[in-house]
Amino acid sequence: MDFIITKYHYWFYVSLMMVGLYAMIVKKNFVKKLVGMNIFQTSIILFFVSSATKIHATIPIIQETEGIINPAHYMNPLPHVLMLTAIVVMVSSFGVALALLIMIYKKYKTLDEDEILDIMRNKQ
Amino acid sequence: MIVLEHAAILVVVIPLLVSFFNVIIGLWKKNLCYPMTVLTLGFCLILTVNIIVSVIEIGTFSYRLGGWTPPWGIEYVIDHLNAYIAIIVSFISFIFAIYSRKSIEKEISSEKIPYFYTLYLLLAAGLLGITLTGDLFNIFVFLEITSLSAYALIAIGDENAPLASFNYLIMGTIGACFYLLGVGYLYISTGSLNIADLAGLLPGLYHSKTIIAAFGFFIVGIAVKIAFFPFHIWLPDAYTHAPSAVSAFVASTMTKVGAYVMIRIMYTVFEPRFSTDILPITAILGWIAAAAIIFGSILALAQKDIKRILSYIIIAEVGYIVMGVSIANKSGFTGAVLHIMNDALMMACLFSVAGAIIYRTGSRDIYTFGGLGRKMPFTMAALFVSAVSIAGLPPTAGFFSKWYLLLGTIYEKKWIFAGSLIFSSLVNAVIFFRILEIVYFKKHPQTGLIKEVPMSMLIPILITAGGILITGFYSGDIISSIIRFAVPREF
Amino acid sequence: MDIVGSYKPLLAISVSLIAALFIFFSGEKSRNLREVWTILAAVIKFTIVASMVHDVIDGKILEYTLASIEPGLSIQFRVDAFGLMFALIASFLWIITSFYSIGYMRTLNENAQTRYFVCFAIALSAAMGVAFSSNMFTTFLFYEIITICTYPLVAHKETPEAMQGARKYLAYLLGTSVGFQLIAMIITYSISGTTDFSSNGIFTELRSQVSNTFLTIVFFLYMAGVAKAAIMPFHAWLPAAMVAPTPVSALLHAVAVVKAGVFVALRIVLYVFGIDILSELGLGMVLTCFASFTILAASIIALRQNNLKARLAYSTVSQLSYIILGASLLSPSAITGSILHIALHAFGKITLFFTAGAIYVATHKTNISELNGIGKQMPFTMTAFTLGALSMIGIPPMGGFLSKWYIILGSIEADLIPVIILLAGSALLNAAYFLPIVYAAFFNEPQDHHNNKGGKGNINEAPALMVVPLLLTAMGTLVLFFTPSTFLHLAIKVATLVTGN
Repeated sequence: MDFIITKYHYWFYVSLMMVGLYAMIVKKNFVKKLVGMNIFQTSIILFFVSSATKIHATIPIIQETEGIINPAHYMNPLPHVLMLTAIVVMVSSFGVALALLIMIYKKYKTLDEDEILDIMRNKQ
Repeated sequence: MIVLEHAAILVVVIPLLVSFFNVIIGLWKKNLCYPMTVLTLGFCLILTVNIIVSVIEIGTFSYRLGGWTPPWGIEYVIDHLNAYIAIIVSFISFIFAIYSRKSIEKEISSEKIPYFYTLYLLLAAGLLGITLTGDLFNIFVFLEITSLSAYALIAIGDENAPLASFNYLIMGTIGACFYLLGVGYLYISTGSLNIADLAGLLPGLYHSKTIIAAFGFFIVGIAVKIAFFPFHIWLPDAYTHAPSAVSAFVASTMTKVGAYVMIRIMYTVFEPRFSTDILPITAILGWIAAAAIIFGSILALAQKDIKRILSYIIIAEVGYIVMGVSIANKSGFTGAVLHIMNDALMMACLFSVAGAIIYRTGSRDIYTFGGLGRKMPFTMAALFVSAVSIAGLPPTAGFFSKWYLLLGTIYEKKWIFAGSLIFSSLVNAVIFFRILEIVYFKKHPQTGLIKEVPMSMLIPILITAGGILITGFYSGDIISSIIRFAVPREF
Repeated sequence: MDIVGSYKPLLAISVSLIAALFIFFSGEKSRNLREVWTILAAVIKFTIVASMVHDVIDGKILEYTLASIEPGLSIQFRVDAFGLMFALIASFLWIITSFYSIGYMRTLNENAQTRYFVCFAIALSAAMGVAFSSNMFTTFLFYEIITICTYPLVAHKETPEAMQGARKYLAYLLGTSVGFQLIAMIITYSISGTTDFSSNGIFTELRSQVSNTFLTIVFFLYMAGVAKAAIMPFHAWLPAAMVAPTPVSALLHAVAVVKAGVFVALRIVLYVFGIDILSELGLGMVLTCFASFTILAASIIALRQNNLKARLAYSTVSQLSYIILGASLLSPSAITGSILHIALHAFGKITLFFTAGAIYVATHKTNISELNGIGKQMPFTMTAFTLGALSMIGIPPMGGFLSKWYIILGSIEADLIPVIILLAGSALLNAAYFLPIVYAAFFNEPQDHHNNKGGKGNINEAPALMVVPLLLTAMGTLVLFFTPSTFLHLAIKVATLVTGN
């Protein structure tokens, strides 16, 4: 129990991730897949960001210019920075995916995997 | 010279910048895009040659981005392994930049050509970035740059391409996210992203569950990216429907670079003993690789679309590389690393030949290739050379890497692995001699108009075919001057 | 035994490779030039090979390293007595076959003649490569090249049957060599760290480290891997390959390809395992049994063949096993005999195939039942056939007698009297399937008067370009009986070297 409560934020992101993964693999509608993908990616961002937090710490902007700087007073900035990059990556992959979906829709007039497979089979 | 001093970063930055300018220049003068791409990649090739020469001379060296000291700043570490991969990537990208011109003109509309070259350069930059960087998160970023440009490039193929590309995107994103999770776990445990730094920090933590989980995420993530069985489903569709030049470039480099990342993580970030003893993943990977080899070969045999045949063969070839890596001895590792190059050359040659056939006949069905042996003698000679190589017959390159792989399995007394390699050789022989039989001995009703492909396509084909023969002959030198140093000390 | 560095082996191999390029670029348009290249290359090659005879008989060994991959693993040529012997036969018969091929191809107006001559030249290069290899690795390399470049020759006619035969050919040869020989070779390398041939065997020094069962398995892998030697049950490709044009059957499937097979088999028996290990493990005996069975079974099958080339093919299967048999007896005389048989069978069998081709070109007949009275039409050809057949049966004064004599001596040395009975029985079977052809050709009346273009009694020979070569090889079988000195010298040299006395 203790294991679950002290690490509750990890459980949170894991469950989010599973939701996303489920949608990506099981859902037949491409848009739903894409939404799943987004949830999946977001959960990872949450994971990274939550790993940076420290209790009673503040944002990593150093105010006092003199004296010893105690790292425990500041949150770790690096995961945030990494996630900024990751967000850029995710947004662009989301964009590419949407563009692809538009192309697919133009061609098949549907975004349902089963229907598209039917159309392809009928063509052959 | 300042250029050479910064060669490691310039190799990545130049194509990245030029790809950006390509879009702008493309608006103004479309014809400039092609020469610019070729020049840029030619320049990259010269730089990577320079890099590999200095690695051979002075050994491992590193480049600090913006002068920041590692592990805080991003560091580019060049050792024998990645200099070797980098030269393969830049060589192949240069070759297919030349090849792409005619083939692309035929397959996509002219207003899209600047975008094609932009994406092409982006892909090359991404691949080179993955290879040269010494930072795990940086690898993720470049991995995604490559993947994104690959999705887009594949999507400009034939009518089914967007769908194939979308499936690839979903799978690729899962893979990338798993990789990113692995990076996150390592970062939480060690606070570092630098590969060399991590290699020093990790041994004390080997029994931590977090580290083991991170390792698992890495392996699964990369397995998806390199289409390692059973995560291969996206690959045949994606490579079949992509434009010829794209499938040739992508097929011969992306899975190979992915395999490189796998090697890095298994044997540089972690010590070999981690994956052989602490978390005995090599045993499992070996078996899956054997399954991949057998499965890929059999499915390839069942196809009649040339690009689909080649796609399934890639799945088997990825199995080869992973098997060699997971055997975890000197011969196996040498075989795997050698096979990365050989497979890159073979796939380059085969896909470019397939592209040439499609360029002239418009058909991908191998049963319509009758009589091409007379009409396209040089292209078909290249097909013959690569077929012999992929069947693992001497004196081509494929034989030598297969020799080392087999030697590795036999040292470890893994007879079933050896059997799977032999099986795949034989199946490949059947597949390709069937095609060659059609090409050389069958008549085709309407071959009147078909002739040899233009020079800009033929020369790359012949260079890769020649490469298969030459690297085969110089395997000994390649091993003794480069690969020998890339083998982990523990083997 | 002094080892001398020399370019000659490399030259001998590359001559025909370079010629293949010239042949390719001359092409069909300048066919005379193309044929000049073939003959030039053949003559040069023979000269180079012959120039090495003196050195080798003097006890020198010529060596050339082409590429070294790792210590103990290199592409290296070494000319010893055994290799030189094979090279000598193959390169000499290539000259004769070249003339014959030109006659055959032009008379029949075959398609794709350039491809034919190119592949032929490459096959000869590869055969030289096998002959001169100093280790199993190099041998395997050239062994596979032979397989690949003879495939288009077998499929030459491009008919469905030709394709079928070629597929079978490739499947057998490639399947066994990659599936068994390669594995066996890699096991050898992984145990000993080398694949270099050594006159007392690679495994001898490592005897204590390797178990008997393991060695036995490796030996069987090797033997299964040389399907070119056509030991049953790996013989089926040879009759299937008879769809090839006759000169191909003649040179390749009587000399270069199958002899490369038995050559490699002998290399494995004598130089990889060495006779000590084989006799200790009793593997020589096992091989003797396989070879004996092949000799008898193939002869019996040959009896039932009506197609002349098929009968010759089965006869080849049977005769090849003589060579294996001789080596498997592991006694000096038997080894001498077996090596001699490589040469003598080559001359005899090439004559027979040449005549089969000549008959086909002159009369378009392929079946034995149609050959009644053909001796009157084609007296020269059929005389040559008779000489070749007598040599096959082993009747003095034909060459074939010599090698059988030595094998019989060897079986007495090895105390294996049943082998003598087997050889006698096989000689009878040989007589039973060759002599009826000779009888029918000379003494039966022709049945098809109206189909006979030249009319009864008129001579209707194949072109001189074909008849002269076949007469030459027929003479060869005779001459070799009286002056076998070069070959005998070489063979005895090999036998003394590997047996140690």
